[in-house]
Amino acid sequence: MFGEGILKGLAETARNFGGSFVSAERLTTVQYPEERLPQIEAARNFPFLVYDGADWEAGLRCVACQICEKECPPKCIYIEKSVDKKPDYTGKPQIYPTRFDIDISVCMSCQICVEVCPFEAIKMDTEFELSTTDRFGGLLYDRKELAKSNEHYHKIHPTEATEVDARLAEEKAKAEAKAKAAAETAAAKAAAAATATKTAGGELKA
Amino acid sequence: MIENADQIFVLLQHWVMSFFPPALQHVVGVLISVVAIICVFPALFAISVLLERKGLGRMQNRYGPNRVGPLGILQPVADGLKSLTKEDIVPTSADGVVHFLAPVFLVVVVFMGYAVLPMGRNMTLVNLDAGLLFFFAMGASTELSVFMAGWSSRNKYSLLGAMRAVAQMISYEVPLLLASLVVVMMTGSMNLGRIVDVQNQYTWGLPHWYIFTPWGFAAFLLYATATTAESNRSPFDLPEGESELVAGYFTEYSGFKFALFFLGEYVGMLSVSGLGATLFLGGWSAPFSFLTWVPSWIWFFGKVMLSICVFIWLRGTLPRLRQDQLMNFAWKFVLPLSLLNLFVAGLWRFLGEGFARWGVCSAILLVAYFAMAKVGMRKESFGPRSYRYAE
Repeated sequence: MFGEGILKGLAETARNFGGSFVSAERLTTVQYPEERLPQIEAARNFPFLVYDGADWEAGLRCVACQICEKECPPKCIYIEKSVDKKPDYTGKPQIYPTRFDIDISVCMSCQICVEVCPFEAIKMDTEFELSTTDRFGGLLYDRKELAKSNEHYHKIHPTEATEVDARLAEEKAKAEAKAKAAAETAAAKAAAAATATKTAGGELKA
Repeated sequence: MIENADQIFVLLQHWVMSFFPPALQHVVGVLISVVAIICVFPALFAISVLLERKGLGRMQNRYGPNRVGPLGILQPVADGLKSLTKEDIVPTSADGVVHFLAPVFLVVVVFMGYAVLPMGRNMTLVNLDAGLLFFFAMGASTELSVFMAGWSSRNKYSLLGAMRAVAQMISYEVPLLLASLVVVMMTGSMNLGRIVDVQNQYTWGLPHWYIFTPWGFAAFLLYATATTAESNRSPFDLPEGESELVAGYFTEYSGFKFALFFLGEYVGMLSVSGLGATLFLGGWSAPFSFLTWVPSWIWFFGKVMLSICVFIWLRGTLPRLRQDQLMNFAWKFVLPLSLLNLFVAGLWRFLGEGFARWGVCSAILLVAYFAMAKVGMRKESFGPRSYRYAE
Protein backbone atom coordinates (compact mmCIF):
# COMPACT_ATOMS: atom_id res chain seq x y z
CA MET A 1 0.00 0.00 0.00
CA PHE A 2 2.91 2.34 0.77
CA GLY A 3 4.95 1.18 -2.15
CA GLU A 4 6.98 -1.38 -0.23
CA GLY A 5 5.78 -4.07 -2.63
CA ILE A 6 7.34 -2.13 -5.50
CA LEU A 7 10.66 -1.99 -3.65
CA LYS A 8 10.48 -5.69 -2.91
CA GLY A 9 9.82 -6.40 -6.58
CA LEU A 10 12.67 -4.16 -7.67
CA ALA A 11 15.00 -5.99 -5.31
CA GLU A 12 13.88 -9.33 -6.73
CA THR A 13 14.48 -8.32 -10.35
CA ALA A 14 17.83 -6.82 -9.40
CA ARG A 15 18.77 -10.12 -7.77
CA ASN A 16 17.76 -11.97 -10.93
CA PHE A 17 19.71 -9.53 -13.07
CA GLY A 18 22.88 -9.89 -11.04
CA GLY A 19 22.42 -13.59 -10.40
CA SER A 20 22.07 -14.46 -14.07
CA PHE A 21 25.62 -13.23 -14.63
CA VAL A 22 27.04 -15.06 -11.63
CA SER A 23 25.35 -18.46 -11.54
CA ALA A 24 24.83 -20.35 -14.77
CA GLU A 25 22.12 -22.62 -13.32
CA ARG A 26 19.74 -19.66 -13.19
CA LEU A 27 19.73 -19.50 -16.96
CA THR A 28 17.39 -22.19 -18.19
CA THR A 29 17.80 -21.35 -21.88
CA VAL A 30 19.35 -24.05 -24.06
CA GLN A 31 21.33 -22.45 -26.89
CA TYR A 32 19.52 -24.58 -29.46
CA PRO A 33 21.52 -25.20 -32.62
CA GLU A 34 24.77 -25.68 -30.69
CA GLU A 35 23.40 -27.60 -27.73
CA ARG A 36 20.15 -29.51 -27.53
CA LEU A 37 18.15 -31.40 -24.98
CA PRO A 38 17.69 -35.15 -25.47
CA GLN A 39 14.32 -36.02 -26.96
CA ILE A 40 11.89 -37.47 -24.49
CA GLU A 41 10.66 -40.94 -25.35
CA ALA A 42 7.05 -39.93 -25.85
CA ALA A 43 7.97 -37.26 -28.39
CA ARG A 44 6.37 -37.67 -31.79
CA ASN A 45 6.26 -35.71 -34.96
CA PHE A 46 5.62 -37.28 -38.37
CA PRO A 47 5.14 -40.95 -39.32
CA PHE A 48 7.79 -43.14 -40.88
CA LEU A 49 7.73 -46.67 -42.31
CA VAL A 50 9.60 -49.37 -40.43
CA TYR A 51 11.70 -51.92 -42.30
CA ASP A 52 13.57 -54.95 -41.01
CA GLY A 53 16.98 -56.03 -42.15
CA ALA A 54 19.40 -54.15 -44.33
CA ASP A 55 17.44 -53.62 -47.52
CA TRP A 56 14.71 -51.07 -47.01
CA GLU A 57 12.72 -52.14 -50.04
CA ALA A 58 12.67 -55.84 -49.16
CA GLY A 59 12.24 -55.31 -45.41
CA LEU A 60 9.35 -52.86 -45.50
CA ARG A 61 6.68 -54.13 -43.12
CA CYS A 62 3.87 -52.33 -44.93
CA VAL A 63 1.51 -54.61 -46.82
CA ALA A 64 -0.42 -51.78 -48.54
CA CYS A 65 -3.65 -52.62 -46.74
CA GLN A 66 -4.57 -48.92 -47.00
CA ILE A 67 -6.19 -48.75 -43.57
CA CYS A 68 -4.03 -45.79 -42.62
CA GLU A 69 -4.83 -44.05 -45.87
CA LYS A 70 -8.54 -44.41 -45.15
CA GLU A 71 -8.28 -43.46 -41.49
CA CYS A 72 -5.99 -40.44 -41.94
CA PRO A 73 -8.11 -37.41 -40.92
CA PRO A 74 -6.38 -34.83 -43.12
CA LYS A 75 -5.86 -37.39 -45.94
CA CYS A 76 -2.15 -36.89 -46.24
CA ILE A 77 -1.30 -40.51 -47.15
CA TYR A 78 -1.34 -41.86 -50.69
CA ILE A 79 -0.74 -45.57 -51.36
CA GLU A 80 -0.53 -47.62 -54.54
CA LYS A 81 -0.67 -51.41 -54.23
CA SER A 82 1.69 -53.73 -56.04
CA VAL A 83 0.46 -56.46 -58.36
CA ASP A 84 3.10 -58.99 -57.38
CA LYS A 85 3.77 -60.25 -53.86
CA LYS A 86 6.81 -60.49 -51.61
CA PRO A 87 7.22 -62.53 -48.44
CA ASP A 88 6.65 -60.72 -45.13
CA TYR A 89 8.48 -61.38 -41.85
CA THR A 90 6.69 -64.69 -41.33
CA GLY A 91 7.48 -65.71 -44.84
CA LYS A 92 3.91 -65.35 -46.03
CA PRO A 93 3.62 -63.71 -49.48
CA GLN A 94 2.02 -60.27 -49.22
CA ILE A 95 1.44 -57.40 -51.57
CA TYR A 96 3.53 -54.31 -50.86
CA PRO A 97 3.20 -50.57 -51.64
CA THR A 98 4.74 -49.46 -54.92
CA ARG A 99 4.03 -45.94 -53.82
CA PHE A 100 3.65 -44.61 -50.30
CA ASP A 101 3.55 -40.82 -50.04
CA ILE A 102 2.97 -38.65 -46.96
CA ASP A 103 2.55 -34.92 -47.36
CA ILE A 104 4.02 -33.70 -44.09
CA SER A 105 2.74 -30.21 -44.71
CA VAL A 106 -0.77 -31.72 -44.39
CA CYS A 107 -0.04 -34.27 -41.67
CA MET A 108 -1.25 -33.15 -38.26
CA SER A 109 0.80 -35.65 -36.24
CA CYS A 110 -2.30 -37.29 -34.74
CA GLN A 111 -0.78 -40.80 -34.70
CA ILE A 112 -4.05 -42.40 -35.89
CA CYS A 113 -2.21 -44.19 -38.71
CA VAL A 114 0.01 -45.78 -36.08
CA GLU A 115 -2.94 -46.83 -33.94
CA VAL A 116 -4.80 -48.52 -36.80
CA CYS A 117 -1.86 -50.27 -38.46
CA PRO A 118 -2.20 -54.04 -37.81
CA PHE A 119 1.29 -54.77 -39.11
CA GLU A 120 3.37 -52.40 -36.92
CA ALA A 121 4.58 -50.91 -40.16
CA ILE A 122 4.07 -47.20 -39.55
CA LYS A 123 5.42 -45.42 -36.47
CA MET A 124 5.96 -41.84 -35.31
CA ASP A 125 9.32 -40.23 -35.83
CA THR A 126 10.88 -37.56 -33.61
CA GLU A 127 12.71 -35.71 -36.38
CA PHE A 128 11.67 -32.05 -36.31
CA GLU A 129 14.25 -30.20 -38.38
CA LEU A 130 12.34 -30.64 -41.61
CA SER A 131 12.34 -27.15 -43.03
CA THR A 132 13.00 -26.94 -46.72
CA THR A 133 13.15 -24.29 -49.40
CA ASP A 134 10.94 -26.36 -51.69
CA ARG A 135 7.52 -26.21 -50.15
CA PHE A 136 5.80 -28.54 -52.64
CA GLY A 137 8.23 -31.34 -53.49
CA GLY A 138 10.31 -30.95 -50.39
CA LEU A 139 7.45 -31.65 -48.02
CA LEU A 140 6.00 -34.60 -49.94
CA TYR A 141 7.85 -37.65 -48.68
CA ASP A 142 7.92 -40.82 -50.79
CA ARG A 143 8.44 -44.31 -49.39
CA LYS A 144 12.22 -44.14 -49.74
CA GLU A 145 12.37 -41.05 -47.55
CA LEU A 146 9.83 -42.51 -45.15
CA ALA A 147 11.56 -45.86 -44.76
CA LYS A 148 13.61 -46.09 -41.59
CA SER A 149 15.16 -49.14 -40.01
CA ASN A 150 13.90 -50.95 -36.95
CA GLU A 151 17.16 -49.91 -35.25
CA HIS A 152 16.15 -46.28 -35.69
CA TYR A 153 12.81 -47.10 -34.13
CA HIS A 154 14.61 -48.73 -31.22
CA LYS A 155 16.74 -45.65 -30.84
CA ILE A 156 13.90 -43.12 -30.64
CA HIS A 157 11.23 -45.15 -28.79
CA PRO A 158 13.09 -48.01 -27.04
CA THR A 159 10.28 -49.27 -24.78
CA GLU A 160 7.66 -49.25 -27.49
CA ALA A 161 9.97 -50.85 -30.04
CA THR A 162 10.85 -53.68 -27.65
CA GLU A 163 7.17 -54.37 -27.07
CA VAL A 164 6.51 -54.38 -30.79
CA ASP A 165 9.41 -56.71 -31.41
CA ALA A 166 8.17 -59.12 -28.73
CA ARG A 167 4.70 -59.07 -30.24
CA LEU A 168 6.02 -59.69 -33.72
CA ALA A 169 8.26 -62.50 -32.48
CA GLU A 170 5.32 -64.08 -30.72
CA GLU A 171 3.20 -63.85 -33.82
CA LYS A 172 5.97 -65.26 -35.88
CA ALA A 173 6.43 -68.11 -33.42
CA LYS A 174 2.71 -68.73 -33.45
CA ALA A 175 2.67 -68.71 -37.23
CA GLU A 176 5.60 -71.09 -37.30
CA ALA A 177 3.97 -73.34 -34.71
CA LYS A 178 0.79 -73.25 -36.72
CA ALA A 179 2.68 -74.05 -39.89
CA LYS A 180 4.47 -76.84 -38.07
CA ALA A 181 1.22 -78.14 -36.63
CA ALA A 182 -0.35 -77.91 -40.03
CA ALA A 183 2.59 -79.70 -41.51
CA GLU A 184 2.33 -82.31 -38.74
CA THR A 185 -1.38 -82.80 -39.27
CA ALA A 186 -0.76 -83.02 -42.93
CA ALA A 187 1.98 -85.53 -42.31
CA ALA A 188 -0.19 -87.39 -39.81
CA LYS A 189 -3.03 -87.37 -42.24
CA ALA A 190 -0.78 -88.62 -44.96
CA ALA A 191 0.57 -91.27 -42.64
CA ALA A 192 -2.94 -92.17 -41.54
CA ALA A 193 -4.01 -92.34 -45.11
CA ALA A 194 -1.06 -94.51 -45.87
CA THR A 195 -1.82 -96.78 -42.91
CA ALA A 196 -5.47 -96.84 -43.90
CA THR A 197 -4.55 -97.93 -47.37
CA LYS A 198 -2.20 -100.41 -45.87
CA THR A 199 -4.80 -101.68 -43.45
CA ALA A 200 -7.31 -101.84 -46.20
CA GLY A 201 -4.78 -103.71 -48.22
CA GLY A 202 -4.16 -106.01 -45.20
CA GLU A 203 -7.86 -106.58 -44.74
CA LEU A 204 -8.10 -107.30 -48.30
CA LYS A 205 -5.23 -109.66 -47.88
CA ALA A 206 -6.85 -111.18 -44.90
CA MET B 1 42.77 20.49 -22.86
CA ILE B 2 40.01 19.69 -20.40
CA GLU B 3 38.23 22.88 -21.44
CA ASN B 4 38.44 21.66 -25.02
CA ALA B 5 37.01 18.25 -24.17
CA ASP B 6 34.10 19.93 -22.45
CA GLN B 7 33.42 22.23 -25.39
CA ILE B 8 34.48 19.81 -28.14
CA PHE B 9 31.11 19.77 -29.91
CA VAL B 10 30.75 23.54 -29.70
CA LEU B 11 34.27 24.01 -31.08
CA LEU B 12 33.54 21.50 -33.83
CA GLN B 13 30.41 23.40 -34.77
CA HIS B 14 32.28 26.69 -34.87
CA TRP B 15 35.02 25.12 -36.97
CA VAL B 16 32.52 23.89 -39.58
CA MET B 17 30.73 27.25 -39.47
CA SER B 18 33.97 29.08 -40.24
CA PHE B 19 33.94 27.62 -43.76
CA PHE B 20 30.75 29.50 -44.60
CA PRO B 21 30.21 33.19 -45.33
CA PRO B 22 29.14 35.22 -42.25
CA ALA B 23 25.59 35.66 -43.54
CA LEU B 24 25.07 31.87 -43.61
CA GLN B 25 26.93 31.01 -40.43
CA HIS B 26 23.97 31.16 -38.08
CA VAL B 27 21.80 28.97 -40.29
CA VAL B 28 24.61 26.46 -40.76
CA GLY B 29 25.25 26.39 -37.02
CA VAL B 30 21.63 25.59 -36.28
CA LEU B 31 21.55 22.95 -39.01
CA ILE B 32 24.63 21.27 -37.58
CA SER B 33 23.02 21.12 -34.15
CA VAL B 34 19.79 19.76 -35.59
CA VAL B 35 21.60 17.07 -37.54
CA ALA B 36 23.60 16.18 -34.44
CA ILE B 37 20.41 15.79 -32.39
CA ILE B 38 18.74 13.76 -35.13
CA CYS B 39 21.76 11.44 -35.28
CA VAL B 40 22.62 11.12 -31.60
CA PHE B 41 19.21 10.34 -30.17
CA PRO B 42 18.25 7.58 -32.60
CA ALA B 43 21.66 6.10 -31.83
CA LEU B 44 20.81 6.27 -28.14
CA PHE B 45 17.44 4.75 -29.05
CA ALA B 46 19.24 1.79 -30.60
CA ILE B 47 21.43 1.43 -27.53
CA SER B 48 18.52 1.64 -25.14
CA VAL B 49 16.50 -0.94 -27.09
CA LEU B 50 19.42 -3.31 -26.88
CA LEU B 51 19.89 -2.50 -23.20
CA GLU B 52 16.22 -3.08 -22.62
CA ARG B 53 16.11 -6.40 -24.41
CA LYS B 54 19.25 -7.70 -22.77
CA GLY B 55 18.39 -6.25 -19.36
CA LEU B 56 14.85 -7.59 -19.37
CA GLY B 57 16.22 -10.93 -20.44
CA ARG B 58 18.60 -11.02 -17.52
CA MET B 59 15.85 -9.98 -15.14
CA GLN B 60 13.85 -12.98 -16.35
CA ASN B 61 16.92 -15.25 -16.25
CA ARG B 62 17.24 -15.38 -20.02
CA TYR B 63 20.14 -14.42 -22.27
CA GLY B 64 18.33 -11.85 -24.37
CA PRO B 65 19.43 -11.31 -27.99
CA ASN B 66 22.93 -12.77 -28.40
CA ARG B 67 23.11 -13.92 -32.01
CA VAL B 68 23.64 -10.84 -34.18
CA GLY B 69 27.25 -9.78 -33.85
CA PRO B 70 29.37 -10.33 -30.75
CA LEU B 71 27.08 -10.60 -27.68
CA GLY B 72 24.21 -9.51 -29.90
CA ILE B 73 25.25 -5.87 -30.05
CA LEU B 74 24.24 -5.60 -33.70
CA GLN B 75 20.65 -6.58 -32.91
CA PRO B 76 19.33 -2.99 -33.39
CA VAL B 77 20.85 -2.96 -36.90
CA ALA B 78 19.09 -6.22 -37.72
CA ASP B 79 15.82 -4.88 -36.28
CA GLY B 80 16.14 -1.69 -38.31
CA LEU B 81 16.86 -3.55 -41.55
CA LYS B 82 13.95 -5.87 -40.89
CA SER B 83 11.49 -3.05 -40.37
CA LEU B 84 12.82 -1.21 -43.43
CA THR B 85 12.36 -4.19 -45.70
CA LYS B 86 8.90 -5.12 -44.43
CA GLU B 87 5.82 -4.48 -46.45
CA ASP B 88 4.01 -1.28 -45.54
CA ILE B 89 0.34 -2.17 -45.27
CA VAL B 90 -2.36 0.49 -45.09
CA PRO B 91 -5.86 -0.90 -44.43
CA THR B 92 -8.30 -0.18 -47.25
CA SER B 93 -10.77 1.51 -44.94
CA ALA B 94 -8.12 3.60 -43.19
CA ASP B 95 -7.85 7.33 -43.69
CA GLY B 96 -4.67 7.22 -45.76
CA VAL B 97 -3.38 10.75 -45.21
CA VAL B 98 -3.87 10.82 -41.44
CA HIS B 99 -2.61 7.26 -41.19
CA PHE B 100 0.59 8.36 -42.91
CA LEU B 101 0.95 11.62 -41.00
CA ALA B 102 0.55 10.18 -37.49
CA PRO B 103 4.00 8.56 -37.13
CA VAL B 104 5.71 11.44 -38.95
CA PHE B 105 4.04 13.95 -36.67
CA LEU B 106 4.99 11.94 -33.58
CA VAL B 107 8.66 11.81 -34.49
CA VAL B 108 8.78 15.50 -35.48
CA VAL B 109 7.14 16.61 -32.26
CA VAL B 110 9.30 14.37 -30.11
CA PHE B 111 12.45 15.75 -31.68
CA MET B 112 11.23 19.31 -31.24
CA GLY B 113 11.45 18.86 -27.47
CA TYR B 114 15.23 18.51 -27.72
CA ALA B 115 15.53 22.03 -29.04
CA VAL B 116 15.46 23.51 -25.55
CA LEU B 117 17.31 20.82 -23.56
CA PRO B 118 20.76 21.90 -22.36
CA MET B 119 22.90 18.85 -23.15
CA GLY B 120 26.12 20.34 -21.84
CA ARG B 121 27.73 23.67 -21.13
CA ASN B 122 26.77 25.98 -24.05
CA MET B 123 25.05 23.06 -25.76
CA THR B 124 21.47 24.23 -26.12
CA LEU B 125 19.99 24.52 -29.58
CA VAL B 126 17.59 27.34 -28.72
CA ASN B 127 17.94 29.06 -25.37
CA LEU B 128 14.26 29.91 -24.98
CA ASP B 129 13.11 31.93 -21.99
CA ALA B 130 10.03 29.74 -21.75
CA GLY B 131 11.95 26.57 -22.54
CA LEU B 132 10.05 24.43 -20.06
CA LEU B 133 6.74 25.59 -21.47
CA PHE B 134 7.90 24.83 -25.00
CA PHE B 135 9.01 21.38 -23.94
CA PHE B 136 5.66 20.56 -22.37
CA ALA B 137 3.77 21.99 -25.33
CA MET B 138 5.71 19.67 -27.61
CA GLY B 139 5.35 16.73 -25.23
CA ALA B 140 1.60 17.18 -25.05
CA SER B 141 1.35 17.23 -28.86
CA THR B 142 2.28 13.56 -28.98
CA GLU B 143 -1.26 12.86 -27.79
CA LEU B 144 -2.55 14.26 -31.05
CA SER B 145 -0.40 11.90 -33.05
CA VAL B 146 -1.51 8.97 -30.91
CA PHE B 147 -5.13 9.80 -31.50
CA MET B 148 -4.51 10.39 -35.22
CA ALA B 149 -3.04 6.90 -35.42
CA GLY B 150 -5.86 5.32 -33.49
CA TRP B 151 -8.65 7.10 -35.30
CA SER B 152 -7.36 6.84 -38.85
CA SER B 153 -6.70 3.10 -38.63
CA ARG B 154 -10.41 2.34 -38.34
CA ASN B 155 -9.76 -0.60 -36.10
CA LYS B 156 -11.40 -1.20 -32.76
CA TYR B 157 -8.14 -2.07 -31.03
CA SER B 158 -6.43 1.00 -32.41
CA LEU B 159 -9.28 3.21 -31.31
CA LEU B 160 -9.47 1.66 -27.85
CA GLY B 161 -5.73 2.04 -27.48
CA ALA B 162 -5.88 5.65 -28.59
CA MET B 163 -8.75 6.40 -26.20
CA ARG B 164 -6.84 4.88 -23.35
CA ALA B 165 -3.69 6.71 -24.37
CA VAL B 166 -5.40 10.07 -24.51
CA ALA B 167 -7.22 9.54 -21.22
CA GLN B 168 -4.01 8.47 -19.56
CA MET B 169 -1.83 11.18 -21.04
CA ILE B 170 -4.22 13.97 -20.15
CA SER B 171 -4.62 12.62 -16.63
CA TYR B 172 -0.90 12.45 -16.05
CA GLU B 173 -0.13 15.71 -17.85
CA VAL B 174 -1.58 17.59 -14.87
CA PRO B 175 0.64 16.09 -12.13
CA LEU B 176 3.57 16.21 -14.54
CA LEU B 177 3.21 19.96 -14.93
CA LEU B 178 2.52 20.52 -11.24
CA ALA B 179 5.55 18.46 -10.26
CA SER B 180 7.76 20.49 -12.59
CA LEU B 181 6.23 23.72 -11.41
CA VAL B 182 8.00 23.61 -8.04
CA VAL B 183 11.31 23.91 -9.87
CA VAL B 184 10.05 26.99 -11.70
CA MET B 185 8.82 28.40 -8.38
CA MET B 186 12.23 27.95 -6.80
CA THR B 187 14.30 29.08 -9.76
CA GLY B 188 12.03 31.89 -10.81
CA SER B 189 12.68 31.02 -14.43
CA MET B 190 11.38 28.69 -17.10
CA ASN B 191 14.67 28.85 -18.94
CA LEU B 192 16.23 25.39 -18.67
CA GLY B 193 19.74 26.79 -18.91
CA ARG B 194 19.07 28.99 -15.92
CA ILE B 195 17.57 26.06 -13.98
CA VAL B 196 20.80 24.11 -14.51
CA ASP B 197 22.95 27.10 -13.56
CA VAL B 198 21.13 27.49 -10.25
CA GLN B 199 21.72 23.81 -9.43
CA ASN B 200 25.35 23.94 -10.56
CA GLN B 201 26.71 25.19 -7.22
CA TYR B 202 28.41 23.24 -4.50
CA THR B 203 28.37 23.31 -0.71
CA TRP B 204 30.91 21.05 1.02
CA GLY B 205 31.56 19.46 -2.35
CA LEU B 206 27.92 18.47 -2.80
CA PRO B 207 25.76 19.98 -5.54
CA HIS B 208 22.63 22.05 -5.05
CA TRP B 209 20.51 19.63 -7.00
CA TYR B 210 16.81 19.92 -6.39
CA ILE B 211 16.48 16.21 -5.74
CA PHE B 212 18.38 16.76 -2.48
CA THR B 213 15.53 18.78 -0.98
CA PRO B 214 12.32 17.29 0.45
CA TRP B 215 10.07 18.98 -2.09
CA GLY B 216 12.53 18.28 -4.90
CA PHE B 217 12.70 14.60 -4.00
CA ALA B 218 8.92 14.35 -3.85
CA ALA B 219 8.59 16.26 -7.10
CA PHE B 220 11.16 13.99 -8.73
CA LEU B 221 9.24 10.87 -7.75
CA LEU B 222 5.98 12.39 -8.93
CA TYR B 223 7.66 13.53 -12.14
CA ALA B 224 9.09 10.05 -12.70
CA THR B 225 5.67 8.46 -12.19
CA ALA B 226 3.95 10.92 -14.48
CA THR B 227 6.57 10.65 -17.23
CA THR B 228 6.41 6.87 -17.11
CA ALA B 229 2.71 7.20 -17.79
CA GLU B 230 3.28 9.93 -20.40
CA SER B 231 5.68 7.80 -22.38
CA ASN B 232 3.35 4.78 -22.18
CA ARG B 233 5.90 2.71 -20.36
CA SER B 234 5.17 -0.28 -18.17
CA PRO B 235 3.43 -0.36 -15.68
CA PHE B 236 1.34 2.29 -17.44
CA ASP B 237 1.45 0.66 -20.87
CA LEU B 238 -2.30 0.21 -21.18
CA PRO B 239 -2.53 1.99 -24.54
CA GLU B 240 -0.32 -0.71 -26.04
CA GLY B 241 -1.37 -3.57 -23.78
CA GLU B 242 -0.24 -6.45 -25.99
CA SER B 243 -2.33 -8.99 -24.17
CA GLU B 244 -5.60 -7.15 -24.64
CA LEU B 245 -5.25 -4.69 -27.54
CA VAL B 246 -2.80 -6.40 -29.95
CA ALA B 247 -0.53 -3.35 -30.08
CA GLY B 248 -2.88 -0.54 -29.11
CA TYR B 249 -3.01 2.54 -31.27
CA PHE B 250 -0.41 1.30 -33.74
CA THR B 251 -2.03 -2.08 -34.38
CA GLU B 252 -2.56 -1.24 -38.04
CA TYR B 253 0.98 -0.06 -38.65
CA SER B 254 3.67 -2.16 -40.19
CA GLY B 255 7.12 -1.77 -41.61
CA PHE B 256 8.88 1.49 -41.11
CA LYS B 257 5.87 3.38 -39.81
CA PHE B 258 5.74 0.93 -36.94
CA ALA B 259 9.44 1.51 -36.40
CA LEU B 260 8.77 5.25 -36.32
CA PHE B 261 6.24 4.77 -33.51
CA PHE B 262 8.78 2.70 -31.68
CA LEU B 263 11.41 5.35 -32.27
CA GLY B 264 9.00 8.05 -31.12
CA GLU B 265 8.31 6.19 -27.90
CA TYR B 266 11.96 5.72 -27.02
CA VAL B 267 13.11 9.13 -28.16
CA GLY B 268 10.27 10.61 -26.12
CA MET B 269 11.44 8.57 -23.15
CA LEU B 270 14.98 9.88 -23.65
CA SER B 271 13.70 13.44 -23.83
CA VAL B 272 11.63 13.23 -20.64
CA SER B 273 14.63 11.61 -18.97
CA GLY B 274 16.72 14.55 -20.17
CA LEU B 275 14.20 17.00 -18.80
CA GLY B 276 14.01 15.14 -15.49
CA ALA B 277 17.79 15.25 -15.27
CA THR B 278 17.73 18.96 -16.08
CA LEU B 279 15.04 19.81 -13.57
CA PHE B 280 16.02 17.68 -10.61
CA LEU B 281 19.44 16.13 -11.20
CA GLY B 282 21.31 19.27 -12.10
CA GLY B 283 21.39 18.75 -15.87
CA TRP B 284 24.98 18.64 -17.05
CA SER B 285 26.53 19.49 -13.68
CA ALA B 286 28.81 17.02 -11.93
CA PRO B 287 27.59 15.16 -8.81
CA PHE B 288 30.67 16.22 -6.76
CA SER B 289 32.67 19.39 -6.95
CA PHE B 290 35.92 17.48 -7.49
CA LEU B 291 34.44 15.89 -10.63
CA THR B 292 33.68 19.14 -12.43
CA TRP B 293 36.61 18.57 -14.80
CA VAL B 294 34.70 15.72 -16.51
CA PRO B 295 33.06 17.08 -19.71
CA SER B 296 29.55 18.32 -18.98
CA TRP B 297 27.89 16.38 -21.81
CA ILE B 298 29.14 13.12 -20.29
CA TRP B 299 27.19 13.92 -17.13
CA PHE B 300 24.06 14.81 -19.06
CA PHE B 301 24.05 11.69 -21.20
CA GLY B 302 25.10 9.58 -18.23
CA LYS B 303 22.10 10.78 -16.27
CA VAL B 304 19.81 10.17 -19.23
CA MET B 305 21.03 6.62 -19.70
CA LEU B 306 20.77 6.00 -15.97
CA SER B 307 17.12 7.07 -16.11
CA ILE B 308 16.61 4.74 -19.06
CA CYS B 309 18.02 1.90 -16.99
CA VAL B 310 15.56 2.73 -14.22
CA PHE B 311 12.74 2.71 -16.77
CA ILE B 312 13.87 -0.73 -17.91
CA TRP B 313 14.15 -1.95 -14.35
CA LEU B 314 10.61 -0.79 -13.62
CA ARG B 315 9.36 -2.45 -16.77
CA GLY B 316 10.99 -5.70 -15.75
CA THR B 317 9.38 -5.56 -12.33
CA LEU B 318 5.89 -4.11 -12.35
CA PRO B 319 2.78 -5.68 -13.83
CA ARG B 320 0.41 -3.56 -15.90
CA LEU B 321 -2.22 -1.51 -14.07
CA ARG B 322 -5.93 -1.79 -14.70
CA GLN B 323 -7.65 1.23 -16.22
CA ASP B 324 -9.49 2.19 -13.01
CA GLN B 325 -6.34 1.75 -10.93
CA LEU B 326 -4.51 3.97 -13.38
CA MET B 327 -7.09 6.73 -13.14
CA ASN B 328 -7.44 6.43 -9.35
CA PHE B 329 -3.72 6.64 -8.96
CA ALA B 330 -3.51 9.76 -11.11
CA TRP B 331 -6.40 11.69 -9.62
CA LYS B 332 -6.50 10.44 -6.03
CA PHE B 333 -2.83 10.11 -5.26
CA VAL B 334 -0.40 11.78 -7.66
CA LEU B 335 -2.41 14.94 -8.24
CA PRO B 336 -3.17 15.79 -4.56
CA LEU B 337 0.42 15.07 -3.60
CA SER B 338 1.79 17.30 -6.34
CA LEU B 339 -0.59 20.08 -5.28
CA LEU B 340 0.58 19.67 -1.71
CA ASN B 341 4.14 19.72 -2.95
CA LEU B 342 3.57 23.18 -4.40
CA PHE B 343 2.55 24.34 -0.93
CA VAL B 344 5.55 22.65 0.66
CA ALA B 345 7.88 24.33 -1.84
CA GLY B 346 6.40 27.69 -0.89
CA LEU B 347 6.84 26.86 2.78
CA TRP B 348 10.46 25.93 2.14
CA ARG B 349 11.02 29.29 0.48
CA PHE B 350 9.52 31.31 3.33
CA LEU B 351 10.85 29.31 6.33
CA GLY B 352 14.28 30.69 5.56
CA GLU B 353 17.65 29.01 5.90
CA GLY B 354 18.21 26.49 8.66
CA PHE B 355 17.34 22.96 9.63
CA ALA B 356 13.78 23.74 10.72
CA ARG B 357 12.49 23.81 7.15
CA TRP B 358 14.00 20.40 6.44
CA GLY B 359 12.11 18.85 9.32
CA VAL B 360 8.82 20.62 8.63
CA CYS B 361 8.78 20.01 4.88
CA SER B 362 9.84 16.36 5.18
CA ALA B 363 7.29 15.72 7.90
CA ILE B 364 4.43 17.24 5.91
CA LEU B 365 5.32 15.24 2.81
CA LEU B 366 5.82 11.97 4.66
CA VAL B 367 2.60 12.30 6.61
CA ALA B 368 0.75 13.23 3.44
CA TYR B 369 2.29 10.29 1.59
CA PHE B 370 1.24 7.73 4.16
CA ALA B 371 -2.18 9.29 4.68
CA MET B 372 -2.86 9.46 0.95
CA ALA B 373 -1.70 5.89 0.49
CA LYS B 374 -3.92 4.72 3.35
CA VAL B 375 -7.02 6.65 2.34
CA GLY B 376 -6.76 7.23 -1.38
CA MET B 377 -5.33 3.85 -2.33
CA ARG B 378 -7.33 1.63 0.02
CA LYS B 379 -8.78 -1.47 -1.45
CA GLU B 380 -12.41 -0.96 -2.28
CA SER B 381 -14.55 -4.02 -1.88
CA PHE B 382 -17.88 -4.15 -3.58
CA GLY B 383 -18.94 -7.54 -2.29
CA PRO B 384 -20.01 -10.36 -4.56
CA ARG B 385 -21.48 -9.29 -7.86
CA SER B 386 -25.24 -9.64 -8.00
CA TYR B 387 -27.47 -9.77 -11.04
CA ARG B 388 -31.04 -8.66 -11.39
CA TYR B 389 -32.94 -9.87 -14.38
CA ALA B 390 -35.95 -8.25 -16.00
CA GLU B 391 -39.21 -9.92 -15.09
